[in-house]
Amino acid sequence: MSRLLPLFAFLLLVGLFGFGIWWNTQHDQHEIVSPLIDKPAPAFSLPVLGEPARMVDKASLLGKPYFLNVFASWCIECVHEHPMLMTDVKQLGLPIVGFNYKDDPQAARAWLAEHGNPFDVIVADRDGRTGIDFGVYAAPETFLIDGRGVIRYKRIGPITPEVLDKEIRPALAALAKETP
Amino acid sequence: MIPELGQFALVLALILALAQGVLPIVGAWRGNAALIATARPTAAGQAVFVFAAMAILIYAFLSYDFSVAYVADNSNLALPWYYRVTAVWGAHEGSMLLWVFILNVWSLALAAFSRHLPDAFVARVLGVLGLIGVGFLAFILFTSNPFLRELPMPADGGDLNPVLQDPGMTFHPPVLYMGYVGFSVAFAFSIAALLGGGMEQAWVRWARPWTNVAWAFLTLGIVAGSWWAYAELGWGGWWFWDPVENASFMPWLVGVALIHAQAVTEKRGSLPAWTVLLSLFAFSLSLLGTFLVRSGVLTSVHAFASDPRRGLYILGFLVIVIGGSLLLYAIRAPKVATGKPFAPLSRETGIMIANLLFTTAAAMVLLGTLFPLIGDALNLGRVSVGPPYFGFLFVLLMAPAVLLLPFGPYLRWGHAEGRQLTAMALRAGVAAVVCAIAAAFFAQGHLRAIAGVAGAVWVGAGTLAYVVKRWREMPRGRRFPAEMGGMLIAHAGVAIFLIGVMLSESLSVERDVRLAPGEVASVGGYDFRFDGVEETEGPNWRADEGIVTILRNGDTVGTMHPQKRTYSRGQVQTESAIDAGLFRDIYVALGEPMDANDAAGAWAVRLYHKPFVRWIWLGGLFMMAGGFLAACERRFRAKKIAAEAAATQPASPALKTGESPA
Repeated sequence: MSRLLPLFAFLLLVGLFGFGIWWNTQHDQHEIVSPLIDKPAPAFSLPVLGEPARMVDKASLLGKPYFLNVFASWCIECVHEHPMLMTDVKQLGLPIVGFNYKDDPQAARAWLAEHGNPFDVIVADRDGRTGIDFGVYAAPETFLIDGRGVIRYKRIGPITPEVLDKEIRPALAALAKETP
Repeated sequence: MIPELGQFALVLALILALAQGVLPIVGAWRGNAALIATARPTAAGQAVFVFAAMAILIYAFLSYDFSVAYVADNSNLALPWYYRVTAVWGAHEGSMLLWVFILNVWSLALAAFSRHLPDAFVARVLGVLGLIGVGFLAFILFTSNPFLRELPMPADGGDLNPVLQDPGMTFHPPVLYMGYVGFSVAFAFSIAALLGGGMEQAWVRWARPWTNVAWAFLTLGIVAGSWWAYAELGWGGWWFWDPVENASFMPWLVGVALIHAQAVTEKRGSLPAWTVLLSLFAFSLSLLGTFLVRSGVLTSVHAFASDPRRGLYILGFLVIVIGGSLLLYAIRAPKVATGKPFAPLSRETGIMIANLLFTTAAAMVLLGTLFPLIGDALNLGRVSVGPPYFGFLFVLLMAPAVLLLPFGPYLRWGHAEGRQLTAMALRAGVAAVVCAIAAAFFAQGHLRAIAGVAGAVWVGAGTLAYVVKRWREMPRGRRFPAEMGGMLIAHAGVAIFLIGVMLSESLSVERDVRLAPGEVASVGGYDFRFDGVEETEGPNWRADEGIVTILRNGDTVGTMHPQKRTYSRGQVQTESAIDAGLFRDIYVALGEPMDANDAAGAWAVRLYHKPFVRWIWLGGLFMMAGGFLAACERRFRAKKIAAEAAATQPASPALKTGESPA
């Protein structure tokens, strides 16, 4: 009997792995739930891209919900995501704050000149320190932050039409219900 | 046309692997000599076609054949030729081909160097290896074909992950796979023994050199990977408990247990069932590692492409191979298991305790690696455990192993006497305490450093005392047989490794500084003068290269050139500069310019001073050398007659060369 124990232990493992595969088919790889969801966004104060003297901080953005989109000129996926920001996301009517992550300001501006600028304001996180506070994992990432400065939703990876319809619009609808 | 030939070669290899997996095993079962004789030719045939497929894939990379999707994804026109060769195993499909390629290297070696073994036994061993080949070849052909075409053909390809563009990468995966896959040989020996039943009691002796070599390769592969992470990833660390690292570390831990258990079974005939089980575990964990890395069940910084179809396939394969072998074990082990009893104070007991510690450590690593998955399954949310968990439990489990280690050689087989042990413990203990007190003066208050010195001296002095004892008591020529020499060198490696880990972990200094040209920062008794940044270019990247002059007491020690590279596809990669030394490493990584428009201005620079960090890898290399040396033992190369004689009398020659009743 005891000789069967390793087999039983292994079958338990197999069950776990089978579950893991099933779980992955049900969930998007990008959906690593951020511990920051429903928590206040970290306080930050960052210079505006191209205007190092002008600072934007969390307090100055309070009062109205906004998107915070993490992008960089070195980020390949950002190029794929960009048209979505330029059209569909823009049309949602919320301000979009660009979060230029670990990027060269000149490269960032050249990149925006080439692909278009959907952002209402762009802050530059040169050394990525604020990115760490936000738990930035990779670019692109998009946060939805409500008027009280609480992170309501986070997307790791590019925004696709599907993500927009299945995740972002419902999140916005939930937000609209709370604050009539 | 040529890539299609590669695909065709893989199909033929699969068919031959099927023949190799079925015919010899049936032959050995029915006693049919003609079928038994098919083992070697089919193994050779499979190898020919797998080697051909490998050569064709390399050729496709060298000839810029971007019509092959895998080539287009992982190389481009600017990539130098040596990285185009290593790009072959830079992503999923090619590394699976490398896996099968190395499996065939092992099969061929086994076919060539097994003339002294009984034919039926070799037929079973090669048959099992053939079946493993079937699994992997079918996996490649059905889910991960590296020869798939991409039409229309792109004008230029993508890029090899810049992290992988490093000399270390040319050699890390193949060596690691030599180890991983090498455990398949020990596995096949065990399965063959289980299938054959009683007569093949001597199989452990035949398996030992193969296990030792596989383990030594695995050691080298892990050392190379650790060195590569240190040099290339720019984090300054050498081990991160990342799932992919853990995947190679688990078989290594079980491998340590296995090579010791094999020694017990071979020399004393004790613990045979345990040895069989360990060799099943070692290879199972190798396969499990492949599964974890390839299935996307766990995400890690190594981030390989994941595909649920692949995950399901590998899971099915695991169930057949591991489940099947464990079932076979449950049914047949009682036939093989005729363990010999031993006294509580004996070398067998010592090895048994160490075995339990190492297998528990492997289980602990497995549990930690699977933690996020368990969290999901029990609906606790996706939690993962990091270095604190691993670091704490691993040290806890290995501390008794370190304490036990120097006793090993002094413990006699069967029944040991306490007197010699206390004498040894007294000497090594005094040496350890004296050195720890001396270290306390240098490493003010760093308890871990002091503990490291004490542990290393304890192991080192104990091992050295045994060397001296052998030298005095044995006649020339019989003092250090290869097996014992290997054991002593590997144990000395543990001492060196301990020094490296404990001292570098506790005494390292890391500083992030802002340096303008001409400014100086001091770390660890060295002055670092930042002399600005220059632009430089490579074949497929351009970089800002910092110039940092190292001074000690005003004298120039050297100049270092850390780089921040931008590859043609836009990926940024830090190339840290390392000034290596036996007693310390100086490590400089270039951060960002403080003002982006002014590369000539101040930069963020990261400076490290890491005492004794090199001893970590040096210790690993000692362990590896020990593994290789032990495999050279003359006794393992005994001719057929000796092997057959031993088959009836498993424990006989132990007294001749193994332990000396002085």
